[in-house]
Amino acid sequence: MITLKNLHKSYVTGSNSLHVLKGLNMEIDEGEMVSIMGASGSGKSTLLNVLGILDNYDMGEYYLNGMLIRDINETKAAQLRNRTLGFVFQSFNLISFKNALENVALPLYYQGVHRRKRNQIAMEYLERVGLKDWWTHLPSELSGGQKQRIAIARSLISKPKVILADEPTGALDSVTSMEVMDLLQEINDEGITIIIVTHEQDIALRTQRSIKLRDGVIENIIYHKSSYKAVSSF
Amino acid sequence: MFDLDKWQEIFSTINKNRMRTFLTGFSVAWGIFMLIILLGSGKGLQNGIDAQFRQDAVNMIQFGSGSTSKTYKGLQAGREIRFTNEDYEFLRRSIDGLDKISSRYFMWQNRVISYKQEYGVFDLIAAHPDYFDIENATMVEGRFLNPIDIQKRRKVVTIGEPVRKALFKKGDSPVGEYIKINNIPFQVVGVFSDKNERDATRAYLPISTAQMISGGADRVHSFAVTSNLSAKDSEELEKTLRAKLAERHRFDREDQNAMWMWNTLKEYKKFTNLFLGIQIFVSIIGAFTIIAGIVGVSNIMIIVVNERTKEIGIRKAIGATPFSVVSMILLEAVLITGLAGYIGLVSGVGLLSLISSILPQNDFFQNPEVDFTIALVSTGILILAGTLAGLMPAIRASRIRPVIALRDE
Repeated sequence: MITLKNLHKSYVTGSNSLHVLKGLNMEIDEGEMVSIMGASGSGKSTLLNVLGILDNYDMGEYYLNGMLIRDINETKAAQLRNRTLGFVFQSFNLISFKNALENVALPLYYQGVHRRKRNQIAMEYLERVGLKDWWTHLPSELSGGQKQRIAIARSLISKPKVILADEPTGALDSVTSMEVMDLLQEINDEGITIIIVTHEQDIALRTQRSIKLRDGVIENIIYHKSSYKAVSSF
Repeated sequence: MFDLDKWQEIFSTINKNRMRTFLTGFSVAWGIFMLIILLGSGKGLQNGIDAQFRQDAVNMIQFGSGSTSKTYKGLQAGREIRFTNEDYEFLRRSIDGLDKISSRYFMWQNRVISYKQEYGVFDLIAAHPDYFDIENATMVEGRFLNPIDIQKRRKVVTIGEPVRKALFKKGDSPVGEYIKINNIPFQVVGVFSDKNERDATRAYLPISTAQMISGGADRVHSFAVTSNLSAKDSEELEKTLRAKLAERHRFDREDQNAMWMWNTLKEYKKFTNLFLGIQIFVSIIGAFTIIAGIVGVSNIMIIVVNERTKEIGIRKAIGATPFSVVSMILLEAVLITGLAGYIGLVSGVGLLSLISSILPQNDFFQNPEVDFTIALVSTGILILAGTLAGLMPAIRASRIRPVIALRDE
C-alpha cells in the first residue's frame, strides 16, 4: 500500500537547513496497522505529513497505492487526500462553526455528493461511532473523546484506503484513548490500513508493529503479537 | 455553473460567522451610503441655487443712473444723471440683441394700497408690459399691463398673489375691482404669481401713469432688458449699452458711479462655475470615499482569510482543491459586498427622499437626488474591489500547504 524508497526531507528556514528525514525505506502492506514512534524531533510527524501528501519531500520515492507521489499539483493532491486518505489529528481539527453532522459530511461535499445524500451517509457514520444523537452539536459542545470520534467518522466517510492518525489520543485521557483505539482497531479489522504516529507505548502496543524513528532514520521495527485483545479485555 | 450545493455551503458559512459578515458588509454599506448622501447633497445644493436663478430670467441685465464721479469733457464730477422715456425709445429702437426691454419707475413714497377697509404697504413698480417676461412671472387671473395702458396712461394695476390675499380677504376675484393707491383709484386688471416671494409682494402699474401721478415727468429710474445672447456676447451688450448711454448723457463710459449695471447672466455663469466646483469637490470626496471603502473591504478580507487559515487547512486536508478554496472565499466576498452595497444604496436613496420630503421648501437646498448610474457604478466598483481584495489572500491561502495551516500553535 505504501512504499518509501530513500526518502529525504529538509526544512529550510532562512539560511539554516534542517535535515529531518534522512533516507527512509519502508513498506506498509494493505490492511496493516502500524505505529510510528520516536522522540519529538525524530521526524515522525514530518513523515506522516509526507505520507498524507500534506507536505512534499526532497528526494527519494513515495508510492501510495502503487502510484508515485512526486511533483503532483495541489488539485491532484487534494483529490488523492479526499479519495485515498483519511486524517485523524491530535487536535481533532474539526471546523468550529459546523455541527457534528456537517463536519463528518464535509469530505463528501468535495466529492460532489449532494447535500441530502451526504448528510444521510454522515448520519450512518455518526451512528457507527456512537454519536448519532449528538449530530446537531458544535465541536465546542463535545468532549475530547467525542470530537475525536467525530474526526474518525469524517476520515472514514470517503472510504479511504489509508487512515493517518497523528497522536490521535494525545489530547485524551487513558479511558477515552482506549475507546478511540478500539474504534481504530475495528476500522482496521475491515481492511483499512492505519498508520498511527504516537509516543505512547501502550498505544503502540496495540498495533501490529512499531517503526521507531531516531534523528530521521529508522532505528528499529518492533513486531507486536496482536496484543490488542488482551488489552481490550482488561 | 450555478452550483446550489456550493451556495448552500457559502450561506451556511456566512450564517455561522455573522460578526465577520457584518463587519465586512458594514464597511461596504457605509461607503456606498456616504457616497449616495454626498452625491445627493451636492445635487440638492445645485438644484437649490439653480431654482434661485430661475425665479427671474437668467439672461437679464439691469441698469440705472447715478451721479458722475469723473469729470468728462469739461463737465464736473458729482453731476446727477437722469434717464428718461427718450432713452427707453432709443434703446428699444437702436440696440441689437435685445429681446425684452422695460424701463422702471419706483414709487418710493405713498406705497399704501387699500381696498375697502383693508390696506397694506407694498412695493409699487411702474414698468412696461415686457417686464412680465423679465420677472418670469405667471398670471393667475386677468392680464398683465399692455401697451394701450401705457399709451393712454390708464389707472390700472396688476397685483401679486400676496397682495390679493392681504386685501381681498373674502376670496373674491379682484379683477375689475378698484383699489386705492395713494388714495387714487386704480382698476385691478390681473393677479400674478412669482416664484420669488419678494417679487410677488408688489403691484405693477403702467410707467406712464406712475410718472404722471407722482409728478415724475419723463423720469426713468432704471431699465431691465433681456437678451438671448451667450455670456460673452452679453458682456459686449453691456458695453454697448453703457457706451450709448454715456454718449447720450455725456459721462465717461468708465465711470461706474454714473451708471450701475447688474448682469444676471454673468452672475449665473459665476454660479455655474460654482456648480462645477461643487461637482469636482463632490467627485473627489466621492472617489476618496470609494477608496476608503476599498481599503476597508481589503483589510477585512485579509483578516478574514488569515482567520480562516486553519479552516482552509482542514478543508484542504480532507480534499478541498485550490480552486474550491478560492471560489469559496471569492463567492462569499461577492455575496457579502453585493448585498451590503445594495443595502447601502437603498438606505442612502431612502434617506435622501426622506430628507427632501421632510425638509421645508428651502432656497439653497432642493430635491437632493442621485444619478442612479453613478450610484450603481460605484457600488459595482466596491464589489469588484472587495472581490479583488479577497482574491489575493484567497489565492495565497489556497497555496498554503495544509501542514502549515494545520500546525498547532
